[in-house]
Amino acid sequence: MEVGYLELAIGSILISNFVLAKFLGLCPFFGVTRRISDSIGMGLAVTFVMTLASAITALVYRHVLLPTTDQHTNLLGLVGLPVPEGGYVLVLKTTSYILVIAGLVQFVEMVLRKNVPALYRAMGIYLPLITTNCAVFGVALLNTEAWRDPSKGLPVHLAAFNGFCGGVGFLLAMLLMSGIRERLAEERVPKALRGLPIAFLSAGLMALAFLGFSKLFGIAV
Amino acid sequence: MARPRDGREGTTVGLWQDFADKPIKNNTPFVVVLGLCPTLAVSTSVKNGVSMAAAATAVLVCSNVLISLIRRFIPNQIRIACYIVVIAGFVTMVEIVMKALAPDAINRALGIFIPLIVVNCIILGRAEAFASSHGPLSSLLDGLGIGLGYLLSMVLISGIREVVAAGMLWGYRLTPVVVAGRTIVPEYQPIAVLGMAPGAFILLGLLFGLFAWMSDRRREAVRRTGVAAAPQTAKDFPKPAKAAAQGGGAPGAGPAPAAPGA
Repeated sequence: MEVGYLELAIGSILISNFVLAKFLGLCPFFGVTRRISDSIGMGLAVTFVMTLASAITALVYRHVLLPTTDQHTNLLGLVGLPVPEGGYVLVLKTTSYILVIAGLVQFVEMVLRKNVPALYRAMGIYLPLITTNCAVFGVALLNTEAWRDPSKGLPVHLAAFNGFCGGVGFLLAMLLMSGIRERLAEERVPKALRGLPIAFLSAGLMALAFLGFSKLFGIAV
Repeated sequence: MARPRDGREGTTVGLWQDFADKPIKNNTPFVVVLGLCPTLAVSTSVKNGVSMAAAATAVLVCSNVLISLIRRFIPNQIRIACYIVVIAGFVTMVEIVMKALAPDAINRALGIFIPLIVVNCIILGRAEAFASSHGPLSSLLDGLGIGLGYLLSMVLISGIREVVAAGMLWGYRLTPVVVAGRTIVPEYQPIAVLGMAPGAFILLGLLFGLFAWMSDRRREAVRRTGVAAAPQTAKDFPKPAKAAAQGGGAPGAGPAPAAPGA
Protein backbone atom coordinates (compact mmCIF):
# COMPACT_ATOMS: atom_id res chain seq x y z
CA MET A 1 0.00 0.00 0.00
CA GLU A 2 1.35 3.41 -0.94
CA VAL A 3 1.54 5.82 1.97
CA GLY A 4 0.54 9.44 1.49
CA TYR A 5 2.74 12.45 2.23
CA LEU A 6 0.33 14.00 4.69
CA GLU A 7 -0.10 10.74 6.52
CA LEU A 8 3.65 10.35 6.85
CA ALA A 9 4.09 13.94 8.01
CA ILE A 10 1.45 13.76 10.74
CA GLY A 11 2.69 10.34 11.77
CA SER A 12 6.34 11.31 12.09
CA ILE A 13 5.98 14.80 13.54
CA LEU A 14 3.09 14.43 15.95
CA ILE A 15 1.84 10.91 16.54
CA SER A 16 5.08 9.05 16.92
CA ASN A 17 7.48 11.88 17.45
CA PHE A 18 11.04 10.64 17.19
CA VAL A 19 12.08 11.93 20.58
CA LEU A 20 8.95 11.79 22.67
CA ALA A 21 7.39 8.57 21.44
CA LYS A 22 10.21 6.58 19.87
CA PHE A 23 13.04 7.57 22.25
CA LEU A 24 15.46 8.37 19.44
CA GLY A 25 17.99 11.16 19.71
CA LEU A 26 17.79 11.60 23.46
CA CYS A 27 21.43 12.62 23.93
CA PRO A 28 21.06 15.96 22.09
CA PHE A 29 17.55 16.30 23.45
CA PHE A 30 18.90 16.53 26.98
CA GLY A 31 22.39 17.74 26.15
CA VAL A 32 21.89 20.67 23.77
CA THR A 33 18.61 22.15 24.99
CA ARG A 34 19.85 24.57 27.60
CA ARG A 35 19.52 27.50 25.15
CA ILE A 36 16.95 28.01 22.40
CA SER A 37 19.60 29.07 19.86
CA ASP A 38 21.54 25.83 20.42
CA SER A 39 18.47 23.69 20.00
CA ILE A 40 17.54 25.41 16.74
CA GLY A 41 21.02 24.88 15.32
CA MET A 42 21.11 21.25 16.35
CA GLY A 43 17.55 20.64 15.15
CA LEU A 44 18.22 22.14 11.72
CA ALA A 45 21.46 20.20 11.33
CA VAL A 46 19.72 16.95 12.27
CA THR A 47 16.81 17.63 9.91
CA PHE A 48 19.22 18.27 7.06
CA VAL A 49 21.27 15.14 7.69
CA MET A 50 18.21 12.97 8.34
CA THR A 51 16.68 13.93 5.00
CA LEU A 52 19.85 13.17 3.05
CA ALA A 53 20.66 10.05 5.04
CA SER A 54 17.15 8.66 4.53
CA ALA A 55 17.36 9.13 0.78
CA ILE A 56 20.83 7.61 0.46
CA THR A 57 20.20 4.66 2.75
CA ALA A 58 16.94 3.92 0.92
CA LEU A 59 18.93 3.87 -2.33
CA VAL A 60 21.58 1.64 -0.78
CA TYR A 61 18.89 -0.66 0.54
CA ARG A 62 17.20 -1.05 -2.82
CA HIS A 63 20.19 -1.20 -5.09
CA VAL A 64 22.91 -2.81 -3.00
CA LEU A 65 21.34 -4.83 -0.22
CA LEU A 66 18.16 -6.28 -1.69
CA PRO A 67 18.40 -8.96 -4.37
CA THR A 68 17.24 -8.06 -7.86
CA THR A 69 13.48 -8.12 -8.40
CA ASP A 70 11.23 -6.82 -11.16
CA GLN A 71 11.10 -3.43 -9.39
CA HIS A 72 14.76 -2.74 -8.79
CA THR A 73 18.11 -4.15 -9.74
CA ASN A 74 20.99 -4.94 -7.47
CA LEU A 75 23.96 -2.96 -8.72
CA LEU A 76 26.46 -5.43 -7.28
CA GLY A 77 24.81 -8.16 -9.32
CA LEU A 78 24.92 -5.89 -12.36
CA VAL A 79 28.69 -5.60 -12.23
CA GLY A 80 29.04 -9.32 -11.82
CA LEU A 81 29.49 -9.76 -8.08
CA PRO A 82 27.71 -12.69 -6.49
CA VAL A 83 24.49 -11.79 -4.67
CA PRO A 84 23.09 -14.36 -2.25
CA GLU A 85 19.44 -15.26 -2.43
CA GLY A 86 18.32 -12.97 0.38
CA GLY A 87 20.63 -10.18 -0.71
CA TYR A 88 23.05 -8.63 1.74
CA VAL A 89 20.34 -7.27 4.04
CA LEU A 90 21.24 -9.28 7.10
CA VAL A 91 25.01 -9.01 6.99
CA LEU A 92 25.69 -5.58 5.56
CA LYS A 93 22.75 -3.39 6.54
CA THR A 94 24.04 -2.04 9.86
CA THR A 95 27.60 -1.55 8.68
CA SER A 96 26.72 0.05 5.35
CA TYR A 97 24.22 2.44 6.94
CA ILE A 98 26.60 3.66 9.61
CA LEU A 99 29.34 4.16 7.02
CA VAL A 100 26.95 6.05 4.75
CA ILE A 101 25.89 8.30 7.60
CA ALA A 102 29.43 8.91 8.83
CA GLY A 103 30.61 9.71 5.31
CA LEU A 104 27.62 11.92 4.66
CA VAL A 105 28.18 13.94 7.81
CA GLN A 106 31.84 14.50 6.90
CA PHE A 107 30.86 15.48 3.37
CA VAL A 108 28.18 17.92 4.51
CA GLU A 109 30.63 19.46 6.92
CA MET A 110 33.21 19.95 4.17
CA VAL A 111 30.73 21.38 1.69
CA LEU A 112 29.25 23.78 4.21
CA ARG A 113 32.64 24.97 5.39
CA LYS A 114 33.75 25.70 1.85
CA ASN A 115 30.59 27.06 0.26
CA VAL A 116 28.23 28.35 2.94
CA PRO A 117 30.43 29.62 5.77
CA ALA A 118 27.56 31.44 7.48
CA LEU A 119 25.51 28.28 7.76
CA TYR A 120 28.60 26.36 8.80
CA ARG A 121 29.21 28.76 11.64
CA ALA A 122 25.61 28.31 12.77
CA MET A 123 25.42 24.54 12.71
CA GLY A 124 28.97 23.35 12.12
CA ILE A 125 29.72 22.51 15.72
CA TYR A 126 26.71 20.22 15.90
CA LEU A 127 27.54 18.23 12.80
CA PRO A 128 30.23 15.94 14.28
CA LEU A 129 27.81 14.90 17.00
CA ILE A 130 25.21 13.79 14.49
CA THR A 131 27.03 10.66 13.36
CA THR A 132 26.21 9.01 16.65
CA ASN A 133 22.71 10.46 16.85
CA CYS A 134 20.28 7.57 17.07
CA ALA A 135 17.57 9.58 15.33
CA VAL A 136 19.51 9.60 12.05
CA PHE A 137 20.43 5.94 12.16
CA GLY A 138 16.99 5.09 13.51
CA VAL A 139 15.11 6.75 10.67
CA ALA A 140 17.27 4.93 8.14
CA LEU A 141 16.41 1.62 9.79
CA LEU A 142 12.74 2.43 10.18
CA ASN A 143 12.41 3.54 6.57
CA THR A 144 13.71 0.25 5.30
CA GLU A 145 12.59 -2.15 7.97
CA ALA A 146 9.57 -1.62 10.12
CA TRP A 147 7.31 -0.08 7.55
CA ARG A 148 4.22 -1.76 6.28
CA ASP A 149 5.96 -3.80 3.66
CA PRO A 150 9.17 -4.84 5.37
CA SER A 151 10.60 -6.58 2.33
CA LYS A 152 10.67 -3.41 0.28
CA GLY A 153 10.66 -0.49 2.68
CA LEU A 154 9.62 2.99 1.72
CA PRO A 155 10.39 4.16 -1.82
CA VAL A 156 13.20 6.68 -2.01
CA HIS A 157 11.13 9.86 -2.27
CA LEU A 158 8.91 8.86 0.64
CA ALA A 159 11.93 7.78 2.68
CA ALA A 160 13.51 11.20 2.18
CA PHE A 161 10.25 12.87 3.10
CA ASN A 162 9.91 10.71 6.20
CA GLY A 163 13.45 11.64 7.19
CA PHE A 164 12.62 15.32 6.75
CA CYS A 165 9.46 14.97 8.84
CA GLY A 166 11.31 13.05 11.53
CA GLY A 167 13.83 15.89 11.62
CA VAL A 168 11.04 18.47 11.90
CA GLY A 169 9.55 16.47 14.77
CA PHE A 170 12.97 16.40 16.42
CA LEU A 171 13.33 20.17 15.92
CA LEU A 172 9.89 20.72 17.42
CA ALA A 173 10.68 18.64 20.49
CA MET A 174 14.08 20.38 20.90
CA LEU A 175 12.44 23.82 20.65
CA LEU A 176 9.73 23.01 23.18
CA MET A 177 12.26 21.49 25.55
CA SER A 178 14.71 24.40 25.37
CA GLY A 179 11.84 26.84 25.94
CA ILE A 180 10.86 24.94 29.05
CA ARG A 181 14.43 24.67 30.29
CA GLU A 182 15.15 28.38 29.81
CA ARG A 183 12.20 29.10 32.06
CA LEU A 184 13.15 26.36 34.50
CA ALA A 185 16.60 27.86 34.95
CA GLU A 186 14.99 30.86 36.65
CA GLU A 187 12.58 28.89 38.79
CA ARG A 188 13.22 27.55 42.25
CA VAL A 189 13.51 23.83 41.70
CA PRO A 190 14.11 21.47 44.64
CA LYS A 191 17.84 20.88 44.95
CA ALA A 192 17.81 17.18 44.13
CA LEU A 193 15.72 17.72 41.00
CA ARG A 194 17.83 20.53 39.56
CA GLY A 195 19.26 19.99 36.09
CA LEU A 196 18.69 16.62 34.53
CA PRO A 197 15.90 15.17 36.73
CA ILE A 198 13.55 18.09 36.20
CA ALA A 199 14.34 18.00 32.48
CA PHE A 200 13.27 14.34 32.41
CA LEU A 201 10.08 15.13 34.30
CA SER A 202 9.29 17.95 31.86
CA ALA A 203 9.96 15.61 28.95
CA GLY A 204 7.56 13.12 30.53
CA LEU A 205 4.82 15.73 30.67
CA MET A 206 5.53 16.71 27.04
CA ALA A 207 5.34 13.06 26.03
CA LEU A 208 2.03 12.82 27.87
CA ALA A 209 0.75 15.75 25.81
CA PHE A 210 1.99 14.14 22.60
CA LEU A 211 0.21 10.93 23.59
CA GLY A 212 -2.96 12.91 22.93
CA PHE A 213 -2.10 12.88 19.22
CA SER A 214 -2.30 9.10 18.99
CA LYS A 215 -4.81 7.92 16.40
CA LEU A 216 -5.14 11.52 15.16
CA PHE A 217 -7.27 11.50 11.96
CA GLY A 218 -7.35 7.73 12.29
CA ILE A 219 -3.68 7.40 11.32
CA ALA A 220 -2.10 4.40 12.95
CA VAL A 221 1.68 4.42 13.10
CA MET B 1 46.43 9.17 23.64
CA ALA B 2 48.32 6.61 25.68
CA ARG B 3 47.49 7.08 29.29
CA PRO B 4 50.42 7.10 31.69
CA ARG B 5 50.95 3.70 33.24
CA ASP B 6 50.43 3.88 36.94
CA GLY B 7 52.35 0.76 37.80
CA ARG B 8 49.35 -1.34 38.66
CA GLU B 9 48.41 -2.33 35.12
CA GLY B 10 48.63 -6.05 34.58
CA THR B 11 48.83 -6.93 38.26
CA THR B 12 46.02 -8.87 39.85
CA VAL B 13 45.00 -5.92 41.99
CA GLY B 14 44.99 -3.68 38.93
CA LEU B 15 42.85 -6.10 36.98
CA TRP B 16 40.37 -6.36 39.81
CA GLN B 17 40.17 -2.59 40.02
CA ASP B 18 39.55 -2.40 36.27
CA PHE B 19 36.39 -4.37 36.91
CA ALA B 20 35.30 -3.40 40.38
CA ASP B 21 34.84 0.34 40.11
CA LYS B 22 32.72 0.06 36.98
CA PRO B 23 29.25 -1.25 37.88
CA ILE B 24 28.40 1.38 40.50
CA LYS B 25 30.86 4.24 40.30
CA ASN B 26 30.83 4.40 36.51
CA ASN B 27 27.27 3.20 36.15
CA THR B 28 25.58 3.89 32.87
CA PRO B 29 23.06 5.44 32.52
CA PHE B 30 22.82 6.83 36.04
CA VAL B 31 26.29 8.22 36.71
CA VAL B 32 27.65 8.79 33.24
CA VAL B 33 24.49 9.79 31.47
CA LEU B 34 25.01 7.83 28.26
CA GLY B 35 23.01 5.32 26.27
CA LEU B 36 19.65 6.75 27.21
CA CYS B 37 17.68 5.82 24.11
CA PRO B 38 17.60 2.02 24.55
CA THR B 39 17.37 2.40 28.32
CA LEU B 40 14.10 4.21 28.01
CA ALA B 41 12.75 2.45 24.98
CA VAL B 42 13.08 -1.23 25.81
CA SER B 43 12.74 -1.17 29.59
CA THR B 44 9.06 -2.07 29.42
CA SER B 45 9.65 -5.51 30.90
CA VAL B 46 12.51 -7.18 32.73
CA LYS B 47 12.95 -9.75 29.99
CA ASN B 48 13.39 -7.06 27.36
CA GLY B 49 15.68 -5.07 29.59
CA VAL B 50 17.89 -8.03 30.38
CA SER B 51 18.06 -9.07 26.71
CA MET B 52 19.03 -5.56 25.70
CA ALA B 53 21.70 -5.37 28.40
CA ALA B 54 23.04 -8.78 27.39
CA ALA B 55 23.25 -7.79 23.73
CA ALA B 56 24.94 -4.50 24.52
CA THR B 57 27.37 -6.19 26.90
CA ALA B 58 28.29 -8.82 24.32
CA VAL B 59 29.08 -6.11 21.78
CA LEU B 60 30.91 -4.03 24.36
CA VAL B 61 33.13 -6.87 25.58
CA CYS B 62 33.99 -8.09 22.07
CA SER B 63 34.69 -4.65 20.65
CA ASN B 64 36.70 -3.67 23.72
CA VAL B 65 38.93 -6.74 23.38
CA LEU B 66 39.41 -6.43 19.62
CA ILE B 67 40.09 -2.70 19.72
CA SER B 68 42.54 -3.25 22.54
CA LEU B 69 44.32 -5.93 20.49
CA ILE B 70 44.63 -3.77 17.38
CA ARG B 71 45.09 -0.44 19.14
CA ARG B 72 48.72 -0.10 18.06
CA PHE B 73 47.86 -0.51 14.37
CA ILE B 74 45.05 2.04 14.21
CA PRO B 75 46.17 5.43 12.89
CA ASN B 76 45.19 8.11 15.34
CA GLN B 77 43.34 10.34 12.87
CA ILE B 78 40.86 7.73 11.74
CA ARG B 79 40.52 5.80 14.96
CA ILE B 80 36.86 6.71 15.54
CA ALA B 81 35.93 5.39 12.09
CA CYS B 82 37.84 2.17 12.82
CA TYR B 83 36.05 1.76 16.15
CA ILE B 84 32.69 2.24 14.45
CA VAL B 85 33.46 -0.42 11.85
CA VAL B 86 34.57 -2.88 14.54
CA ILE B 87 31.47 -2.19 16.60
CA ALA B 88 29.19 -2.46 13.56
CA GLY B 89 30.67 -5.87 12.78
CA PHE B 90 29.98 -7.18 16.27
CA VAL B 91 26.50 -5.67 16.29
CA THR B 92 25.72 -7.50 13.07
CA MET B 93 26.88 -10.76 14.66
CA VAL B 94 24.74 -10.18 17.74
CA GLU B 95 21.80 -9.28 15.51
CA ILE B 96 22.10 -12.54 13.57
CA VAL B 97 22.54 -14.61 16.74
CA MET B 98 19.51 -12.97 18.35
CA LYS B 99 17.39 -13.53 15.24
CA ALA B 100 18.28 -17.20 15.39
CA LEU B 101 18.13 -17.88 19.13
CA ALA B 102 15.99 -15.33 20.96
CA PRO B 103 12.21 -15.75 21.11
CA ASP B 104 10.18 -13.89 18.52
CA ALA B 105 8.54 -11.62 21.08
CA ILE B 106 11.91 -10.37 22.32
CA ASN B 107 13.15 -9.70 18.81
CA ARG B 108 10.02 -7.73 18.04
CA ALA B 109 10.22 -5.76 21.28
CA LEU B 110 13.87 -4.82 20.83
CA GLY B 111 13.36 -4.08 17.14
CA ILE B 112 15.66 -1.41 15.78
CA PHE B 113 17.37 -0.97 19.13
CA ILE B 114 19.65 -3.92 18.45
CA PRO B 115 21.21 -2.37 15.32
CA LEU B 116 21.14 0.95 17.16
CA ILE B 117 23.77 -0.43 19.55
CA VAL B 118 26.21 0.79 16.88
CA VAL B 119 25.53 4.39 17.81
CA ASN B 120 25.25 3.70 21.52
CA CYS B 121 27.56 6.19 23.20
CA ILE B 122 28.51 3.72 25.94
CA ILE B 123 30.35 1.42 23.56
CA LEU B 124 32.16 4.07 21.56
CA GLY B 125 32.90 5.84 24.81
CA ARG B 126 34.60 2.77 26.30
CA ALA B 127 36.55 2.17 23.10
CA GLU B 128 37.85 5.71 23.15
CA ALA B 129 38.36 6.09 26.89
CA PHE B 130 39.58 2.64 27.88
CA ALA B 131 40.25 0.03 25.22
CA SER B 132 42.41 2.36 23.13
CA SER B 133 44.91 2.64 25.96
CA HIS B 134 44.69 -0.65 27.90
CA GLY B 135 45.56 -4.29 27.36
CA PRO B 136 43.04 -6.88 26.18
CA LEU B 137 42.50 -8.48 29.58
CA SER B 138 41.87 -5.14 31.27
CA SER B 139 39.54 -4.16 28.45
CA LEU B 140 37.63 -7.42 28.77
CA LEU B 141 37.10 -6.80 32.48
CA ASP B 142 36.20 -3.19 31.83
CA GLY B 143 33.54 -4.29 29.34
CA LEU B 144 32.16 -6.82 31.81
CA GLY B 145 32.07 -4.26 34.59
CA ILE B 146 30.32 -1.60 32.54
CA GLY B 147 27.96 -4.25 31.17
CA LEU B 148 27.11 -5.42 34.68
CA GLY B 149 26.35 -1.85 35.69
CA TYR B 150 24.12 -1.43 32.67
CA LEU B 151 22.38 -4.71 33.48
CA LEU B 152 21.73 -3.59 37.06
CA SER B 153 20.21 -0.29 35.93
CA MET B 154 18.12 -2.03 33.31
CA VAL B 155 16.79 -4.52 35.86
CA LEU B 156 15.94 -1.68 38.24
CA ILE B 157 14.15 0.45 35.65
CA SER B 158 12.38 -2.33 33.80
CA GLY B 159 11.46 -4.07 37.06
CA ILE B 160 9.68 -0.98 38.34
CA ARG B 161 8.00 -0.40 35.00
CA GLU B 162 6.83 -3.96 34.59
CA VAL B 163 5.46 -4.25 38.11
CA VAL B 164 3.68 -0.92 38.11
CA ALA B 165 2.49 -0.85 34.52
CA ALA B 166 1.44 -4.47 34.12
CA GLY B 167 1.44 -6.00 37.60
CA MET B 168 3.87 -8.62 36.33
CA LEU B 169 7.50 -9.54 36.86
CA TRP B 170 9.52 -11.55 34.34
CA GLY B 171 6.24 -12.30 32.61
CA TYR B 172 4.53 -13.75 35.69
CA ARG B 173 1.40 -12.17 37.09
CA LEU B 174 1.94 -11.08 40.69
CA THR B 175 -1.66 -10.56 41.78
CA PRO B 176 -4.14 -11.69 42.92
CA VAL B 177 -2.50 -13.82 45.58
CA VAL B 178 -4.89 -16.58 46.51
CA VAL B 179 -4.04 -19.01 49.31
CA ALA B 180 -6.41 -21.90 49.95
CA GLY B 181 -9.33 -20.23 48.22
CA ARG B 182 -8.96 -16.93 50.09
CA THR B 183 -7.75 -13.82 48.31
CA ILE B 184 -4.93 -12.34 50.37
CA VAL B 185 -3.87 -9.65 47.90
CA PRO B 186 -6.62 -8.42 45.59
CA GLU B 187 -6.07 -8.04 41.86
CA TYR B 188 -3.77 -5.12 41.10
CA GLN B 189 -5.09 -2.35 38.91
CA PRO B 190 -2.20 -1.58 36.50
CA ILE B 191 -1.02 1.99 35.91
CA ALA B 192 -0.49 1.62 32.20
CA VAL B 193 1.09 5.02 31.60
CA LEU B 194 4.35 3.88 33.19
CA GLY B 195 4.71 1.36 30.42
CA MET B 196 4.33 4.06 27.78
CA ALA B 197 6.67 6.84 26.73
CA PRO B 198 5.70 9.49 29.33
CA GLY B 199 6.08 7.02 32.18
CA ALA B 200 9.61 6.17 31.11
CA PHE B 201 10.69 9.81 31.16
CA ILE B 202 9.01 10.48 34.49
CA LEU B 203 10.42 7.36 36.16
CA LEU B 204 13.93 8.16 34.96
CA GLY B 205 13.52 11.74 36.19
CA LEU B 206 12.46 10.53 39.61
CA LEU B 207 15.30 8.00 39.80
CA PHE B 208 17.87 10.62 38.77
CA GLY B 209 16.43 12.90 41.43
CA LEU B 210 16.59 10.16 44.04
CA PHE B 211 20.22 9.37 43.27
CA ALA B 212 21.13 13.07 43.30
CA TRP B 213 19.44 13.40 46.67
CA MET B 214 21.25 10.35 48.02
CA SER B 215 24.66 11.55 46.85
CA ASP B 216 23.91 14.98 48.30
CA ARG B 217 23.16 13.43 51.66
CA ARG B 218 26.30 11.33 51.52
CA ARG B 219 28.39 14.37 50.70
CA GLU B 220 26.76 16.23 53.57
CA ALA B 221 27.54 13.37 55.95
CA VAL B 222 31.13 13.22 54.72
CA ARG B 223 31.57 16.92 55.28
CA ARG B 224 30.15 16.72 58.78
CA THR B 225 32.33 13.83 59.87
CA GLY B 226 35.37 15.18 58.07
CA VAL B 227 36.18 11.96 56.22
CA ALA B 228 38.04 12.26 52.93
CA ALA B 229 36.07 13.51 49.94
CA ALA B 230 33.49 11.26 48.34
CA PRO B 231 34.88 8.98 45.63
CA GLN B 232 35.18 10.60 42.29
CA THR B 233 32.63 9.47 39.76
CA ALA B 234 32.74 9.17 36.02
CA LYS B 235 36.46 9.69 35.94
CA ASP B 236 37.07 7.28 33.13
CA PHE B 237 34.80 8.90 30.61
CA PRO B 238 36.30 11.80 28.69
CA LYS B 239 34.43 15.04 28.55
CA PRO B 240 32.41 14.90 25.31
CA ALA B 241 33.65 18.27 24.10
CA LYS B 242 37.23 17.21 24.60
CA ALA B 243 36.69 13.90 22.85
CA ALA B 244 35.11 15.63 19.88
CA ALA B 245 37.95 18.09 19.68
CA GLN B 246 40.55 15.34 19.82
CA GLY B 247 38.79 13.38 17.16
CA GLY B 248 38.99 16.31 14.75
CA GLY B 249 35.30 16.25 13.98
CA ALA B 250 34.93 12.75 15.25
CA PRO B 251 31.66 11.77 16.84
CA GLY B 252 32.03 12.53 20.49
CA ALA B 253 30.10 10.54 22.98
CA GLY B 254 27.18 12.88 22.43
CA PRO B 255 26.82 16.01 24.46
CA ALA B 256 26.15 14.16 27.65
CA PRO B 257 24.69 16.36 30.31
CA ALA B 258 26.55 16.71 33.56
CA ALA B 259 26.29 13.72 35.82
CA PRO B 260 23.50 14.12 38.33
CA GLY B 261 24.72 15.42 41.62
CA ALA B 262 28.05 16.43 40.13
